[in-house]
Amino acid sequence: MLGLNSRDTKLLLLVIALVIFAPFLLNPFPTASNLGESFNAGYPALMQRFVIFGLLVIGFNLLFGLTGYLSFGHAAFLGVGSFAAVWMFKLLGYNVLPALVMSTIIAGIFSVMIGYVALRRSGIYFSILTLAFAQMMYSIAYSDLIGKFVGTPITNGETGLQVYASDPQVLQGANAPVLPHLFGLEMNSQTTLAMGGWEFTFQVGYYFAAFFLVLGFYLSIRIFRSPMGLMLRAIKSNQTRMSYTGLNSKPYMLAAFVISGMYAGLAGGLMAAMDPLTGAERMFWTASGEIVVMAILGGAGTLIGPVLGAGMIKYLENIVSKIQKDFLELWFAFLPDWLEAAVVNIIYPFVGKGWHLTLGVMFMLVIIYLPGGMVEGGQRITARFKRKKKTDAPDGAKTPAE
Amino acid sequence: MGILEVKGINKRFGGLQALGDVNLSIAENTVHAIIGPNGAGKSTLLNVLVGKLIPDSGSVLFEGTSVLGRKPHEINQMGISRVFQTPEIFADLSVMENVMIPCFAKRDGAYAFNAIGGVTKHTDIREQAEAILDDVNMLDKREMIASSMSRGDKRRLEMAMCLVQEPRLLLLDEPTAGMARADTNNTIDLLKEIKEKRDITMAIIEHDMHVVFSMAERITVLAQGTPLVEDTPDNIKGHPKVREAYLGEAQV
Repeated sequence: MLGLNSRDTKLLLLVIALVIFAPFLLNPFPTASNLGESFNAGYPALMQRFVIFGLLVIGFNLLFGLTGYLSFGHAAFLGVGSFAAVWMFKLLGYNVLPALVMSTIIAGIFSVMIGYVALRRSGIYFSILTLAFAQMMYSIAYSDLIGKFVGTPITNGETGLQVYASDPQVLQGANAPVLPHLFGLEMNSQTTLAMGGWEFTFQVGYYFAAFFLVLGFYLSIRIFRSPMGLMLRAIKSNQTRMSYTGLNSKPYMLAAFVISGMYAGLAGGLMAAMDPLTGAERMFWTASGEIVVMAILGGAGTLIGPVLGAGMIKYLENIVSKIQKDFLELWFAFLPDWLEAAVVNIIYPFVGKGWHLTLGVMFMLVIIYLPGGMVEGGQRITARFKRKKKTDAPDGAKTPAE
Repeated sequence: MGILEVKGINKRFGGLQALGDVNLSIAENTVHAIIGPNGAGKSTLLNVLVGKLIPDSGSVLFEGTSVLGRKPHEINQMGISRVFQTPEIFADLSVMENVMIPCFAKRDGAYAFNAIGGVTKHTDIREQAEAILDDVNMLDKREMIASSMSRGDKRRLEMAMCLVQEPRLLLLDEPTAGMARADTNNTIDLLKEIKEKRDITMAIIEHDMHVVFSMAERITVLAQGTPLVEDTPDNIKGHPKVREAYLGEAQV
């Protein structure tokens, strides 16, 4: 289907199904219950983050997963995309389409410039160069250096950029919504479906962002399977042989860097489309680091890994960080008091404000035992399951060939 | 006039004269060996030929065009391929992919952004790759990951990757280094077979006299960065200067 082989088609359909049914899948517990309040992740604001970060990390994986070049400044393109989108809201109006186009283009231009310089080096030097550029851009945005030169705020420094009533918005129709919309369809309009104790919320903004995730995922499969993808993997494998095979790796690298930067820009634009304000902190180096962690946790160089990694970290960030001490006490109330206190005291540092600790432990375990990330974990489990099945089969019974 | 003309090459590394006034002419469709003791400048010479090093003076003409100052990938596109001392292959990729990459390089040039059509859709590339794998008897290993193969197979694969580009000149840097005698003989047979099937010029840099004398049609002996003598294998064997500089202890 769509020029994909059957395995990739299945993967694409799986992702489509996951994003369509996410409001159900992420709400396994009744809304009013204790567990529901703690673990349900199916609310629009979080689901938006899942898909937007998924898109961002898919793009990052096209660079890091295929070529092995670790960009440590990808959040800069995300920030640039957001600023570009908010400026389009300010200048043209709240329609998200021009904003997304512009955020992708502007991020593309920035990544051409940064990539051209940073790709002169490889390995750790490349990472440091991208980090330096990103921090430079962060500082410029945070101090609104450009704004000071031109006389009007461009990034609006600490306050962050947002849309004011006095902005021109030349294409904003008289009756158009005063929130981001797609030809009148407001991003934050939503319907709620109540079924028994469950409530499922379907939001326009989420499905709009999810559409771009699916599109981005589809394009990434095509790139992975294309001759260009092969060349990018060749770069990762052996650059010496590459050049002695008559191939110039520079243009390939730059193309991968720019495509990846444009993915980040689009993700930034989508963030602004969900919530039309942005600030420089989106470009801070910790944000870039988070992208790297997502890619590695999910499985760098795999197709579905980035989506899983992004989902996992956003889940931890928003769900585990919400767990408070009284929740823990409630869950472990069935234990004898002395044991309950001990268990709660052991677990407590890992939840709530300490969720980074959980993330750190998970990251370490994955790096040490599953260098291929969560995808490798999944593969090992399926492999073990299959082996067991085979040994369980009675003698002489033939396992049908797949 | 040979396919490759090296004239008056000088290269110094600090105080060391690595190459001093090297003149060399490799005739088309011959197997030309360059031998010499350690430190004679063989590898330096090879690195000059492939664009990795730029000599201090002199000229290198390949089919009448200078190669000096060109990047390795440009020199490869001119028709010079190189086999390394330790096989340089794409270790993480499958054998088939390893061979397809040079096919793409040959067809599309130094870069082409084919980002949408799948690799498998390029049937011409696939057929070429399969044909060369058949040639070197590796078709059954096409799905194997290159790093999991034996050293001899890696060498075979590297040769296939070079040959599929139909180079005019194939440079071999100690193709049998570190191999057992049986593997060495296999490599010699492979090279001979390659030579029989194609119009190809080979320049071999080699330590192993067995390889050199069973294949080479011309031999250049380098010593201390300067060509000592150039002649046919039979004459080289008996040459007193060569015996003195290089073959003194070796049994030929």
